[in-house]
Amino acid sequence: MGKLTIGCFSSLVGSMSLDFAVKLSEAAVKKGHEVDLWLSGNGTMLGKKGQSKFRDYSYLMGTVKELIESGKFKITNCEACAKARGIGREDTEEGFGIASMDWYLASAFGADRVLHIGGE
Amino acid sequence: MAIKKIAFIVEKLPYKSETSRLALTHAIASQTVEIHLEDGDNVEPVLIFVGEGVLNCLKDQKALDVYGVTSLEMHIKNALLLDLKVQVCKEDLDGFGLTEDSIVMDAEEIGGEVTTEVVPYDEIQKSLEAADHLMFF
Repeated sequence: MGKLTIGCFSSLVGSMSLDFAVKLSEAAVKKGHEVDLWLSGNGTMLGKKGQSKFRDYSYLMGTVKELIESGKFKITNCEACAKARGIGREDTEEGFGIASMDWYLASAFGADRVLHIGGE
Repeated sequence: MAIKKIAFIVEKLPYKSETSRLALTHAIASQTVEIHLEDGDNVEPVLIFVGEGVLNCLKDQKALDVYGVTSLEMHIKNALLLDLKVQVCKEDLDGFGLTEDSIVMDAEEIGGEVTTEVVPYDEIQKSLEAADHLMFF
């Protein structure tokens, strides 16, 4: 089995790129692969506590929590990007890592494939 | 012991979105990646500016005065100071009527020794082929 590193810089609501990244992570984990998902820029919104599940807006937290519980999925917020948006540790859902940008590069170092989804 | 090459390809405009800034900050983060890796392992970044992305390299940016944020010019100088390889596509510079005089070519004033490489697309293609991973910003 392989390791996939995904970097996603797009917002939770306003872009479907993050939805795609989570769907792809889910498919990879179901096949037995490991996935690291790095959230930078507006992507850090994914980890924000207190999200509401409305039908007209993406809600990914349920899938993300299942993925975290699988033990094959790590999800990490860029600390600076999150803090710049007022999202600190206390505002972030349990199970999300918080790290500096070198974490993403280290994850890419050990990955079999890297999928980088830049910002809007 | 292994070295993985990561190419950070910047093709977006400066200041229109956060994208090109994040390319630079992530590339510069390669300087501290070793703390996450085994001894002897490392990441070798190359920053490549193509298309509209070459406009990130313009000299005399005033982002600090206008927007209150660090300019992309300063980030490029920091990258050069840290000996990162920086390549700019010559054909795309030509397309905008720009020359080496128009862009950040060095970081001498802060002690940098490495200079920007203005290269034809063939050379950029070689850098892309040599990279283990590509990240498009």
